[in-house]
Amino acid sequence: MMKNAVEVAGLTVVRGRREVLHGLDFTIPAGQVTGLLGPSGCGKSTLMRTLVGVQAGVTGTVTVLGEPAGSPVLRHRIGYVTQAPSVYDDLSVAENLAFFARVLGVDRRETRQVIEAVDLVDHADQVVGRLSGGQRSRASLAVALLGSPSLLVLDEPTVGLDPVLREDLWAMFHRLADGGVAVLVSSHVMDEAERCDRLLLMRDGVFIADGTPTEIKEKAGLDRAADIEQAFLTIVRGEAA
Amino acid sequence: MNPRITLAIAARVLTQLRRDHRTLAIMLVLPCLLISLLWWMFEDLPGDSFDRLGPGLLAMFPFIVMFLVTSVTTLRERSGGTLERLLAMPMGKLDFLFGYAIAFGLVAAVQSAAAVALSVGLLDLTIEGPVWLLTVVAVADAVLGSALGLFVSAFAQTEFQAVQFMPALVIPQILLCGLFVPRAVLPDVLNVVSDVLPLSYAVDAMAHLTRSTTTSDVWADLAVVAAYAVAGLALGAGTLRRRSE
Ligand SMILES: Nc1ncnc2c1ncn2[C@@H]1O[C@H](COP(=O)(O)OP(=O)(O)O)[C@@H](O)[C@H]1O
Ligand SMILES: [Mg+2]
Repeated sequence: MMKNAVEVAGLTVVRGRREVLHGLDFTIPAGQVTGLLGPSGCGKSTLMRTLVGVQAGVTGTVTVLGEPAGSPVLRHRIGYVTQAPSVYDDLSVAENLAFFARVLGVDRRETRQVIEAVDLVDHADQVVGRLSGGQRSRASLAVALLGSPSLLVLDEPTVGLDPVLREDLWAMFHRLADGGVAVLVSSHVMDEAERCDRLLLMRDGVFIADGTPTEIKEKAGLDRAADIEQAFLTIVRGEAA
Repeated sequence: MNPRITLAIAARVLTQLRRDHRTLAIMLVLPCLLISLLWWMFEDLPGDSFDRLGPGLLAMFPFIVMFLVTSVTTLRERSGGTLERLLAMPMGKLDFLFGYAIAFGLVAAVQSAAAVALSVGLLDLTIEGPVWLLTVVAVADAVLGSALGLFVSAFAQTEFQAVQFMPALVIPQILLCGLFVPRAVLPDVLNVVSDVLPLSYAVDAMAHLTRSTTTSDVWADLAVVAAYAVAGLALGAGTLRRRSE
């Protein structure tokens, strides 16, 4: 199996007239949950859109599953959840999944499995517009799971979810990673950092740290009991000094 | 393009419409009510005003309704993230465009079949030409409305803005299509303008079908409407970018 699902060198992205990502180099390994953490506006969504191949204004080399990002062959192999739940409000959960399954050419039986995976069986026949925010984002997540993608790109999938559910979802991300999937999860809150195998800490379009949570704390000169938020602050202040 | 995906999109759009009873009523029932209203307005007047105006209305409704519904629904797809998601999937732009065109073309066929049945059956609109051809013109017209709606949705940020294109792009066509003043007696400049507006051809085709059994003029008008619809779809395709800012 491929070791790195994503390999990026010298990635710069210009949005509008502004450079948003400034020459990033990184890899995302298969079989791990990688967290992309940073404050709102730092460029997380832009980075994810680049990997999925829907971002314009990209320079640098971006290789995803051995192909240049955006190659048509990748469209079957990446599961993507945009930041806003991208499902149809006027269709039920089951209808949404049936539709996307047909677009992907995936067996209809799989829709049942992904609905179970995100714990929406009881709401399968409910119209998405009448679900809570958390249920909607899970419906959107279910779509990304269709077709057993090798890379999952999840833009803030756990925002606003109840803690029990978040726990379940993180367990699912790790199950998928154990099965060889590369899982990239973004968040603007640092409290989910410890759940990731590896972290990319981002600020203003650059990475300020890249490693396991423990490695990052060590780099910041903190002990294991410290949290990533402290590490983030220490690194940023250290760079400013 | 992949027929499986195109049909999936058409079926999905139809399911969404079925869910939305008010929109469905606007698309299917409102044209019939308005045509009846027009017939009633002229009932006590001498002359054949309804025969003169009816065909124009039959051409206008599919165009207006499909323009509105498509511009709003595709705007929702753009702003809600579902279009971005679909473009990250193995969907071709043409799948998206034709999916919408098929779904709205079908609705337009039902709509105009109902409007034609009402006008001819109950309201005594005289139609000399083949009635099925009337429906074909209506469908082409609807696809044209859809194509334009899809195109303008790229330039709107909100549904309110999308609806604002209606007075700018649709009302001038209604005024100049020959419904109020026959196109031949319009001032020269306006006559030329009306010659480049697609709705004029749809109305001409409908009017011709009410007066005559010959169809060659109708097919010529229909070809113009279809060409505009294809051009509109091509413009719409240009606004569907896989990679966006
Ligand atoms: N459509 C856009 N056009 C121009 N600039 C944008 C656009 N979307 C986002 N940006 C800018 O790009 C930067 C990064 O945004 P984003 O990737 O969404 O950050 P994050 O996901 O980390 O909150 C921000 O400064 C934002 O203002
Ligand atoms: Mg974001």
